[in-house]
Amino acid sequence: MNEFWSGVRRGLPVLVSVAPFGILYGAIAADHGLSIAELTLMSATVFAGASQLVGIDLFGHNIQPWVIILSIFAVNFRHVLYSAALARHVDVLRPWQRAVNFFFMTDPHYAEIERRSLSGEPLTFAWVMGLGLCLYLPWVALSTAGGVLGAFIGDPKAIGLDVLLPVYFLGLVMGFRTRANWLPVVAASAVGSMVGIKLIGSPWHVMAGAAAGILMAVVLPLPENTVEPRQVEGEGQR
Amino acid sequence: MDIRPEMLLIILGAAIATYITRIAGYLLIRSLKVIPARVEAGLNAVPAAVLTTLVAPAALTGGPETAAALAVCLLVGYRISGFPLLIVGWAVAMTIRHFGLL
Repeated sequence: MNEFWSGVRRGLPVLVSVAPFGILYGAIAADHGLSIAELTLMSATVFAGASQLVGIDLFGHNIQPWVIILSIFAVNFRHVLYSAALARHVDVLRPWQRAVNFFFMTDPHYAEIERRSLSGEPLTFAWVMGLGLCLYLPWVALSTAGGVLGAFIGDPKAIGLDVLLPVYFLGLVMGFRTRANWLPVVAASAVGSMVGIKLIGSPWHVMAGAAAGILMAVVLPLPENTVEPRQVEGEGQR
Repeated sequence: MDIRPEMLLIILGAAIATYITRIAGYLLIRSLKVIPARVEAGLNAVPAAVLTTLVAPAALTGGPETAAALAVCLLVGYRISGFPLLIVGWAVAMTIRHFGLL
């Protein structure tokens, strides 16, 4: 049970930065004509914020269902890379526990599991569930709340909500700075995604940047010591 | 409190497609018997490479105040992290946005 609450505690700072987006999603979804039940169901089953926003953006435009589903798939395609990277860490879980864990996998969830696994502590199912539910339950509840309260929020830019997510992700990126070839990887990915967003647009820029960064790591000389540092310094909350 | 059949189809389709992205990489890697060193190096780069793509374009598309906030956070991120970093970035962007410094 301690493990569960320790997972919850890792999730709390993450929750603060994603909470506004849960409300924002609900508000925008309601504004686009989704019922409260529909927008809540989407949060509960898809549970991937950026792709949900892309999806509801398309609902209003009389677009074929399969195009909407394909767009959501494209936005979430980065998860394929995450789950490939996590294959090395989830062996300590039972197969059904892995299947459940992957349902809850999001950007911060993935980053926290990497951080914990590489700091030497083995994963436990209670811990990943604490982390996952700490984000999942509020995400669903805040979506509903956003749908109900939508009209009262006004312009999210006026109170700076739009800045929180990129800054939050930047913090996650910097948490990995002790890794081999971190700076060239980040530089390649930044250039790749910025060129990508100008030339091919969203969500394909994510794949362009990710490919550039990963390719950089593959072609650079392999680090002599591939063992990870015991503790990723400055990562998250203490 | 109603769910239209077409919307149900789209939402469940999106949910299944998303779950597939969440397990596909795992199933793919599991099918390899040995992970070559360069694949391992590539996998180690995944978090920084992917998360960066959620940050860098915002500096282009989010306006000068977002770019400034990210630049400041990139520097102070070597010293602070988590909540405090979030507050610094938010404060920089809000200051510029509301006092028109850029």
